[in-house]
Amino acid sequence: MLKFDATVKARLDELISRYPNKKAALLPALWVAQEVYGGWLPEAAMQEVADHLEVSRAEVEGVATFYTMYNKEPVGRHHIEICHNVSCMMFGADQLIEHCGHALGIAKGETTPDGVFTLNGAECLGACCNAPAVQIGGTYYEDVTKARMDQIIESLKGDSPSDVIVPPQSKMPEQGRF
Amino acid sequence: MSEQPQLLYQNRYVEGIAGIDKWIEHGGYDAFRKALTMTPEAIIDEIKVSGLRGRGGAGFPTHIKWSAVPKNFDQPHYLVINADEGEPGTAKDRDLMNGIPHLLVEGCLATMVAIRASKCYIYIRGEYVQPWQSVQRAINEAYAKGFCGKNVLGSGLDLDIYTHLGAGSYECGEESALMSSLMGERGMPRLKAPSAPLPMISGVWQKPTVVNNVETVSTVVPILNRGGAEYTKIGYGSPRSRGTKLFSISGHVNKPGVYEIVLGTPFSEVLEIAGGVRTGHTLKTYIPGGSSMGFAPPTPLDYPFDYEGIPASTQTLGLGSGGLIVMDETTSIVPIVKRLVDFYHHESCGKCTPCREGLNWLSKIYQRIEDGAGREQDIDLIWDICDNIQGKSFCALGEGAIWPVMTSLRLFREEYLSYIRTGKDLAMA
Repeated sequence: MLKFDATVKARLDELISRYPNKKAALLPALWVAQEVYGGWLPEAAMQEVADHLEVSRAEVEGVATFYTMYNKEPVGRHHIEICHNVSCMMFGADQLIEHCGHALGIAKGETTPDGVFTLNGAECLGACCNAPAVQIGGTYYEDVTKARMDQIIESLKGDSPSDVIVPPQSKMPEQGRF
Repeated sequence: MSEQPQLLYQNRYVEGIAGIDKWIEHGGYDAFRKALTMTPEAIIDEIKVSGLRGRGGAGFPTHIKWSAVPKNFDQPHYLVINADEGEPGTAKDRDLMNGIPHLLVEGCLATMVAIRASKCYIYIRGEYVQPWQSVQRAINEAYAKGFCGKNVLGSGLDLDIYTHLGAGSYECGEESALMSSLMGERGMPRLKAPSAPLPMISGVWQKPTVVNNVETVSTVVPILNRGGAEYTKIGYGSPRSRGTKLFSISGHVNKPGVYEIVLGTPFSEVLEIAGGVRTGHTLKTYIPGGSSMGFAPPTPLDYPFDYEGIPASTQTLGLGSGGLIVMDETTSIVPIVKRLVDFYHHESCGKCTPCREGLNWLSKIYQRIEDGAGREQDIDLIWDICDNIQGKSFCALGEGAIWPVMTSLRLFREEYLSYIRTGKDLAMA
């Protein structure tokens, strides 16, 4: 069943208007499609994007599969991604992933049976100074300890969507993280 | 301690500075108004005098890029901002975009005047949803105040700024890959000059394009406000490294964070600014400017930290993006390097065989070592693979991947051997 209604198409047209040609709107269009299709890109979503932007399905798939943030499989409502690159690794990112997996009863890369949580590692999130960092939906959590992780999971078990955006903080670097 | 004038971060912690009213109250958009009264050539001259160099990692003189753009209006010119900050250890652009987004917007506008561009695309990495929203909010405010749009402030110039969200690809931080991605393609690098035209001649949509880092165009604002000559007075080291730079200092320091530091400040003072190595511990090694720069030994520490100052004896590639990662004696090197190799292997776009296959092999060898099945000859094998990646691919990703490997082998060969022989490492023993 097609999911691009008039509102979605109007959004896509607005995106297209920013670029000299339709194809350039492919990345933003895939973001819209992923949102409309509930967090991932089934074949139908790629087909609809291809039709609207007048590019081939192969081209759309080629691009969608290149970028890691376009999900090619369904993900949970809250996609927990824990940065495991160097700065975060030095502050226990791997142990945090393990802890989170225990708490949710899943391994890295899996989704809970109720479809609420997906757990993954992430490459450098650019929050190195407040390691370890966790991204859930569009929201960053920084300086995350195991206890804080438990609280975050608990708070997300309700129905609140995880992409509620917390306004960026104006925070001076602080003494005494150890 | 050397004095640290704050040019970019002067008002970083002022309450409400992300909003345009507060920004204007603190002198915001003065540099842009000034730029509108100048000719493009005069702006480029001012930047030339200032000696500004690209803050994204390569340190290429900004005015050379700008003046290579054809000086005519018969085709559109584009400004593309590289906000695809993904280098492990680097968190400066995110902090800037979150905290003072109008500095970036103002810098973009002034740069657009200088290179005669009417459209600017800010390519923000997909993970940076919050910075993206912060910058988009700032752009919307700038439109509402008449700094963007048609006939800006009666100047006759049309200036449009758009944000473009990436989707999780480290490779897109590379200039030509970023342009491919902006055009709706896979983020793979392209052939470069002299085999292909420079982006300034034929960039996005085959039109003249300047690609600059977030911090580079942001630095244009204080330069225009003070004047290029005044800007060159800031700096403690080489005459070719002037002004300030943002450093994101992470790892084993007492006060990790993003700091604006004058170029040429002695490295030991840079460590002090971040609170010093964590109390009770000693410095083992550090990565000066993002993981691709490689590991440096704990001595010497008294050199000027700028583009030229990093001693050749450290064997690192240099200042890079300013992502300083500090490691104390508790750090185990082999797992850290393995993590980096896995990262680069994951992010290799797959275009060039040496990088794609070589990193795959390296990743497997490091896994073998970690699993306790490493062999002593693996060290030579690793070295050999690095040698076969170096200089043999389109872009610098492969280069960046092997540098931490090679520098770690030079500095910590004994630790590698011990890890291979005993299955554990010296730091943990």
